[in-house]
Amino acid sequence: MSCRKRCKREIFKFAQYLFRLVTGTLSTDSVEDELELSTVRHRPEGLEQLEARTRFSRKELQILYRGFKNECPSGVVNEDTFKDIYAQFFPQGDASTYAHFLFNAFDTDHNGSVSFVDFVMGLSILLRGTVQEKLNWAFNLYDINKDGYITKEEMLDIMKAIYDMMGKCTYPVLKEETPRQHVEVFFQKMDKNKDGVVTIDEFIDCCQNDENIMRSMHLFENVL
Amino acid sequence: MAAGVAAWLPFARAAAIGWMPVANLPMPIAPTEKNKRQDELIILNVSGRRFQTWRNTLDRYPDTLLGSSEKEFFYNEETKEYFFDRDPDVFRSVLNFYRTGKLHYPRYECISSYDEELAFFGIVPEIIGDCCYEEYKDRKRENAERLMDDQEDNKDAKLPNMTFRETMWRAFENPHTSTMALVFYYVTGFFIAVSVITNVVETVPCGSVPNQKEVPCGERYTVAFFCMDTACVMIFTVEYLMRLFAAPSRYRFMRSVMSIIDVVAILPYYIGLVMTDNEDVSGAFVTLRVFRVFRIFKFSRHSQGLRILGYTLKSCASELGFLLFSLTMAIIIFATVMFYAEKGSSSSKFTSIPASFWYTIVTMTTLGYGDMVPKTIAGKIFGSICSLSGVLVIALPVPVIVSNFSRIYHQNQRADKRRAQKKARLARIRISKTGSSSAFLHSKRNGLFNEALELTSSTEEEQRLSKSTSLLESQHHHLLHCLEKTTVSESADHRSVMSSTLRNHEFVDEQYYQQSYLEGGLQNYPSRSPSLSSQDGMTGTCCTRRSKKHHTPLPNASAPAHMQPLTHTHTHQQGLQELSTIHIQPLSTSRSSLNMRVDDPAPLNCQSSQITTAIISIPTPPVTTPEGDAHLPAGPAHQNVVKVSAL
Repeated sequence: MSCRKRCKREIFKFAQYLFRLVTGTLSTDSVEDELELSTVRHRPEGLEQLEARTRFSRKELQILYRGFKNECPSGVVNEDTFKDIYAQFFPQGDASTYAHFLFNAFDTDHNGSVSFVDFVMGLSILLRGTVQEKLNWAFNLYDINKDGYITKEEMLDIMKAIYDMMGKCTYPVLKEETPRQHVEVFFQKMDKNKDGVVTIDEFIDCCQNDENIMRSMHLFENVL
Repeated sequence: MAAGVAAWLPFARAAAIGWMPVANLPMPIAPTEKNKRQDELIILNVSGRRFQTWRNTLDRYPDTLLGSSEKEFFYNEETKEYFFDRDPDVFRSVLNFYRTGKLHYPRYECISSYDEELAFFGIVPEIIGDCCYEEYKDRKRENAERLMDDQEDNKDAKLPNMTFRETMWRAFENPHTSTMALVFYYVTGFFIAVSVITNVVETVPCGSVPNQKEVPCGERYTVAFFCMDTACVMIFTVEYLMRLFAAPSRYRFMRSVMSIIDVVAILPYYIGLVMTDNEDVSGAFVTLRVFRVFRIFKFSRHSQGLRILGYTLKSCASELGFLLFSLTMAIIIFATVMFYAEKGSSSSKFTSIPASFWYTIVTMTTLGYGDMVPKTIAGKIFGSICSLSGVLVIALPVPVIVSNFSRIYHQNQRADKRRAQKKARLARIRISKTGSSSAFLHSKRNGLFNEALELTSSTEEEQRLSKSTSLLESQHHHLLHCLEKTTVSESADHRSVMSSTLRNHEFVDEQYYQQSYLEGGLQNYPSRSPSLSSQDGMTGTCCTRRSKKHHTPLPNASAPAHMQPLTHTHTHQQGLQELSTIHIQPLSTSRSSLNMRVDDPAPLNCQSSQITTAIISIPTPPVTTPEGDAHLPAGPAHQNVVKVSAL
């Protein structure tokens, strides 16, 4: 709004205030000024469609939805709630940064909130997907700006976020350069052509050759 | 973990895949869920109202009753539901806690019933949500205060063995407990009044002697006033010393407010005695006389209203402090303004800011003496603003103080009312207690009577007699009797069974107890003396063995052949047999039975020193025959008299 218009508006408001003061009218609730953002009620698509799109059975979807809806009656999770939830699992450290990255990974359409569909699609990949899909998802998580390359800075951010979750009281004590060193190790392993970035193919190739990683991919299969 | 967190755990675990590619070390093995069952609905039947929820919902809080295996105790096999015999309305809040993770306190619910339900279900009240926590705490505090009031009333109770000192202290604290205390109370009150009136009248100018200026009465009738003062101070001193002597904790008494007031009231007199006609300190002496007015505060022992007022002021200390502070601020502001406003005018009384304080105070409290008045226009404008704002500032904390006073006053009223009601309630309780204990004694005596009957007659009469006592009563009586048997005097010699005359404690009438207590020794209850003296023997509990007996004469009843331990009866399923009353047998049999007893090892450890008869209201088969279980009919077909042997 231009300066003049704003000035006029302010003067008008002040005059109104003086008038009210002099005549002694009780101040009305200023509800009409602030239009509250009505809570978004999001309804997921039908059970059949979700069944088709994900690899969960009907019953599993029911259980998941019940838990989700119980926690977020409005049907969507926003980032703050996400951070709170994650913080409760890792009380000794600061999980907010990692939760932020995680939120972005789940929020596939980037609209700032995670609906049940997003949630269940993400879980479907993580729990029931093929190794390829899981690695894809992990790459997506690390690639913060979604440009197809993981740079050292991005990896450093992720690493710091993970180490933040540990908190201060660790043994051995966490030093400043521990994340950096960890990133170096990671890049040495992953970056085959030493161009300073890791592409999706390098990533997948390298992980598939690593036994530990392969084994750990199957770790959470029976979570639900 | 909170409810919500449990629901998100699968998600958090799944998201952990994000760490995998970064990790250098192998991951630990994930815990597997053995017998993972599908989530199922469980039905909670609370006093008829059925609540249903998922099993997982209840499992969220495993340290509560519903979340742990403790609820299996309440499982009803036939209806396949969990039955709780509790209040369904409160259960609603409890179940909502599992569902939402927040515990709410419904306002209409009584606080103690709510607390009991929470305790039953194993939920700690501290997790009540913020929305309801304040209300909960307030109600709890009110309740605690109420209970504390009740407890304070107990100090009226007279213990039987109070020393002289304790009696005196009790008399001082509660004047209505004895006549002497009441007399003392009124006498001191009278003397306080006399002393205060004397102090006041002392200063009144009375009757002028011609060609002399008016003198106050104190100087005219010096001797009279001095005598009066001395008398009052004597009384007060004696009272103070007596209280000091009687106080349970002298140090604490000396620190209490009332005793300080007492001391301050009588000290000036003694100091005056000590330093008479000494010119230097007579000025200070005169000041000390002012403290004599503190005697009026001694009235607060006599007046509850004064005490309440004092307590109110103490509890409103913060409000009063705020009032004072805000007044001070306003005074300084307005005094400054008035001073500078009136600086210009000539012959103004506002000579300095502290001098303006007086004007400001007088104006703000709307007194308006008129000795200092602003003359300039600015001064008058600010003066009017000052008086308007004064009203506001003073009026603000007053409602708080008033509401505090009202609350405390009503609390006191309630306490008095409750005291009166309590007396009536205690009287009723006492009547019912004596009723039940006399029923017990009555039944015991009936037992003796039954003894004689038993020798001669059939079972009908016993049947008739035993019907008069209900099952619960008879069990209760049996219990009391067992207790009697258990308690043995300490001088018991367990070895010499025959020689020592042990007696166990028995329940007796209240009047009998007082009688015997006053006479300084527990005597034999006349009608039962033979059995008392025969009660040698061990620390007997109730009868252990019972032998079925059908019309065999008494002395042989102690035949140990059919003895069965007590537990046998109790293993009968439907509790069909109960012991109704235990009766005492005369001397001879017990002696013989005692002889036998020495060799007989008791399967149970309880041995009673006498043979007792028990009327058992079992349907048909007697205690001892093992084949009885299958054939027990539902109702009592006939009564068996079963002799309970002492051995």
